[in-house]
Amino acid sequence: MQLVLEKRAERSNMIALISPLIAIGMTLVTMSILFAILGKNPITALGVYFVDPLTDSYSLQEIAVKATPLVMIAIGLSFCYLANAWNIGAEGQFLIGAVAGSWLAVKTQGTDAGPWVLPAMLLLGAMGGALYALIPAICKVRFGASEILTSLMLVYVADLFLDYLVRGPWRDPKGFNFPTTAEFDPVATVPVLIEGGRLHLGGIIALVAVAAGAVLLGMTIKGFEIRVVGAAPRAARFGGFNSNQLILLTFAISGALAGMAGIIEVAGPVGHLQPGISPGYGFTAIIVAFLGRLNPVGILIAGLFLALTFIGGEQAQIAMKIPLDVTKVFQGILLFFVLACDSLILYRFKLIFASPKVSSGAH
Amino acid sequence: MRKILIAATTAILATGASLFGASAADKLKVGFIYLGPIGDLGWTYQHDIGRQAVIKEFGDKIETTYLENVSEGPDSERSIEQLARAGNKLIFTTSFGYMEPTLKVAKKYPNVHFEHATGYKRDKNLSTYSGRFYEGRYIQGIIAAKMSKSGVLGYIASFPIPEVISGINATMLGAQTINPNIKVKIIWANTWFDPGKEADAAKALIDQGADIIMQHTDSPAAMQVAAERGKLAFGQDSEMIKFGPKAQLTSTMNNWGPYYIQRVKAELDGTWKSEDFWGGLKSKLVVMAPYTNMPDDVKKLAMETEAAITEGKLQPFKCPIVGQDGKEVECKGGTHLDDGQVLGMNFYVKGIDEKIPGK
Repeated sequence: MQLVLEKRAERSNMIALISPLIAIGMTLVTMSILFAILGKNPITALGVYFVDPLTDSYSLQEIAVKATPLVMIAIGLSFCYLANAWNIGAEGQFLIGAVAGSWLAVKTQGTDAGPWVLPAMLLLGAMGGALYALIPAICKVRFGASEILTSLMLVYVADLFLDYLVRGPWRDPKGFNFPTTAEFDPVATVPVLIEGGRLHLGGIIALVAVAAGAVLLGMTIKGFEIRVVGAAPRAARFGGFNSNQLILLTFAISGALAGMAGIIEVAGPVGHLQPGISPGYGFTAIIVAFLGRLNPVGILIAGLFLALTFIGGEQAQIAMKIPLDVTKVFQGILLFFVLACDSLILYRFKLIFASPKVSSGAH
Repeated sequence: MRKILIAATTAILATGASLFGASAADKLKVGFIYLGPIGDLGWTYQHDIGRQAVIKEFGDKIETTYLENVSEGPDSERSIEQLARAGNKLIFTTSFGYMEPTLKVAKKYPNVHFEHATGYKRDKNLSTYSGRFYEGRYIQGIIAAKMSKSGVLGYIASFPIPEVISGINATMLGAQTINPNIKVKIIWANTWFDPGKEADAAKALIDQGADIIMQHTDSPAAMQVAAERGKLAFGQDSEMIKFGPKAQLTSTMNNWGPYYIQRVKAELDGTWKSEDFWGGLKSKLVVMAPYTNMPDDVKKLAMETEAAITEGKLQPFKCPIVGQDGKEVECKGGTHLDDGQVLGMNFYVKGIDEKIPGK
């Protein structure tokens, strides 16, 4: 008797819908075991992780703050991934967006510049991110360079460029040589929505991005083209779609959203430009994009869920003295199960009693 | 799948409701924010030893909580606020980069007392505290100059902030009392904690002719490299002798325990008030590890220097101090540079050939 994976005749839409739920369920079970091994009560621990943060306005705001960059970046990435263009460098586009927007904040610092500064910064951030994303896109279209490698490597370039700026030309003259710009002026700061909290305008912008993403992908010809190019490149060629143009377009959209997320983060929660503004948002957003099935609404939910694990993880550190590493293990296990469960969309388990026939893997 | 489920259920049942300890309603809650993991064996490790000293001193009267690996980016403000919200009444934020976030949270929670290490912004409910690490570095400079055969010291620096610059200067001033022509090579690791980078820096310095390695980064990686290459080195923050039993000369150790105990006691007594504490060898915030791997005369000289600094007879930044540009530095403290000049130090002393990055 043998258990084999057998290819389904067609993809199971039912499984596609519930596979993230199965994955989350299996993650919870695994985590319970881990908590038990650590000598913590799993029920209490899961409560602290997933229920407590949802019970007060402060934690809810923090979840939204944490989810904002993740959702914005992931929406952009979904455009790329749907079109089979593999932008791995959103982290770099995020940083360059932050740099581009900060340029204006630094230049207008201490002047009596009006309220146009912030909108202009957001625009610059989006443009910076888009242009930076176009580098790997153009290299791919023009020279056939792997966008996976080029976009990833440009992350480190962006990181060092930001580093250079805050250690050199943009460094706060009163900051005792610490690598940071001065605090941005109020006109260059993203306004907070609720007095005393940290929820800021960026949260609204992220929701707009979700809505715009849903409309663009679901209801326009361009959105249709993007999906066809990704799902059936041959059909797209017969349809006369220009796949190169679509690669450029999706990279630009993706970079623009990542760049805007970058400047929002800097002009919002951080308040100044410094190294380490991103604890890996650009990479975590890749998880968010896939967890959300490359669907804008799904991404919103996935982003909030992942933010919940961060906030809950921190509260678990405080309330139950659970080490930070457990949160990281948790996120790793989650992604593992999501990918594992996804194979059930195209395959199914089958028990074979006689000699097994190798299932056809041809695609 | 089914087996996993069964296993999980068993595990859940087996543990039961075990972890509901005594209620902490009347205990003083004290929170700590750490930059690195508590296992960094350097900066954060020493802070955590200080926290454990507090627990040992006050036992049941207090409860401590820490958050480790808190990056100095957007997350730190939330982490600090989480501690405040969780009912901690005294919160220590233990790295320079938490300055703005600590200030913001302190404004929001006027009834919570905050203590920020190595910063310079204070408030009614926000104290600052730091160590005169340069005192230990001066002694290290003397030892290094005595022990170096090549006359080249290797220095792994983190960020060009005054604390680090004053450490480099103190080292050189100490070394120059022995060998006026001593040289120092500096590598900026641009991190407080990155064992890989720190080890690479140590290797590069040794390859450039340095035979004594010292560092202002937090892991024992450089000590290990020095030990492997048969060179000598100074530990940082903590006792690192086990990483280089034949390499460590001494270590400038940060001893936060007494300060933390004093502040927690003040909080318990209701006498806490915002202040600026800067302790050195005298207040035992800075402690030297045993002097090892050196001849007796060097050891004796080191101990005499330590005693002289402790008693206030010797000032590492004794005037006249000549800057890199050959000009004498203004002497605001009468016979030595005053605290403000050391806290804001942004120049190299004569004898250092390199430039401060970004200057």
